[in-house]
Amino acid sequence: MHIKQQFKEGLITNNPVLVQLIGMCATMAITTSLFNGIGMGLSVLVILTCCNVVVSLIRKVIPNDIRLAIFVLVIAGFVTLVDMALKAWIPALSESLGVFIPLIVVNCIIIGRAEAFCQKNPVGPSFFDGIFQGLGYTLVLICMCVIRELLGKGTFGAGIFNTVNGIGTGEGIRIFPAEYGALVITLPIGGFITLGCLIALMQYALKKSEKKKEAKEKELAEKEAA
Amino acid sequence: MGPNTSIITIALSAILINNFIFSQFLGCCPFLGCSTKLDTAAGMGLAVIFVMGLASAICWVVNEYILIPLNLAFLQTIAYILVIAVLVQFVEMFLKKSVPSLYSALGIYLPLITTNCAVLGVVLLNTQYSFDFLQSVVYGITGGAGFMLAICLFASVREKVEFAEYPESFEGFPIALVSAGLVALAFMGFSGMKIG
Repeated sequence: MHIKQQFKEGLITNNPVLVQLIGMCATMAITTSLFNGIGMGLSVLVILTCCNVVVSLIRKVIPNDIRLAIFVLVIAGFVTLVDMALKAWIPALSESLGVFIPLIVVNCIIIGRAEAFCQKNPVGPSFFDGIFQGLGYTLVLICMCVIRELLGKGTFGAGIFNTVNGIGTGEGIRIFPAEYGALVITLPIGGFITLGCLIALMQYALKKSEKKKEAKEKELAEKEAA
Repeated sequence: MGPNTSIITIALSAILINNFIFSQFLGCCPFLGCSTKLDTAAGMGLAVIFVMGLASAICWVVNEYILIPLNLAFLQTIAYILVIAVLVQFVEMFLKKSVPSLYSALGIYLPLITTNCAVLGVVLLNTQYSFDFLQSVVYGITGGAGFMLAICLFASVREKVEFAEYPESFEGFPIALVSAGLVALAFMGFSGMKIG
């Protein structure tokens, strides 16, 4: 039952980007093609899970005063590993994400989860927390990518579908001709506005479900009173 | 950009054309977090200029005289984040002792600069563009100036947005993001500029 709750929290009710509002720089910067989004999301998922496990393993050993410095060191180590692995195995992804892979070090999601969750919880829950929070992050990235790619370039899944030579070179499935796309959505402005609208949508949905819950509780209370 | 880019080009590009926030998305968290009032925004901007300049200088030295001779270039990310964390700590201690007024004005924002991705970003970009010492320092300081320009402009926009009417769901962060997008639209005007 804990796992189920963690799953729901990571993906929806406590989503790192849409509800906790952290880790937004990369969310806006790299979401121009589905390939980038999935690559970035999975990299963060792997790093987050590894860091969560390590931090929760050493949580009783580290002195409280310098814990942040130690967290940053652990994170930087894993980020370097992933960075090197990507450079070796998927150079196309490493090139298109560029400086944003090493910048995962200062991504607030990872240090935030270490500070808020793994410091107080044993290895098992921390492991699942990493996976579900990472999945929640990936989900948002995918949403952003699909919206921005479709509106901006009229394609779906650039870099993944219709691959001609090597990973990451595919054109994607064309939904409508490129000249009808709004180029502005693929530019920085589009990143800010798309994310703003997504968060607004989330706030709307959360408020609505809360109201529903309240109404239900009221009804129950009234019934009991009657 | 590369090792042969002139200093004026680097400065103009960092402040206007490739502004750290509006075209590279570096440093968005403090940009959105500390921009509700103009004075805190200005303080944050000053602190970032200072740290970015210093970090560029020190990390260049570390990279050139420690990491490269020892063949440890793959440890760059770890080394840089350590340098930045220590640097911010020192700046904090120094300000607390010698300029207490500025220290209390910056408050919590000082330690937060460690996790500002603009700082780590500028250092990594310096290495990527293989800038020399002077170029790195100029890129660091002007990048910080670009950050300050953006955050101050945005803070004044946000003070006006407070009084505007918008859908309830957009309250808080979403409306800030959308208005940031519109400010970014203004900055797009510079992207057509080409300087030799």
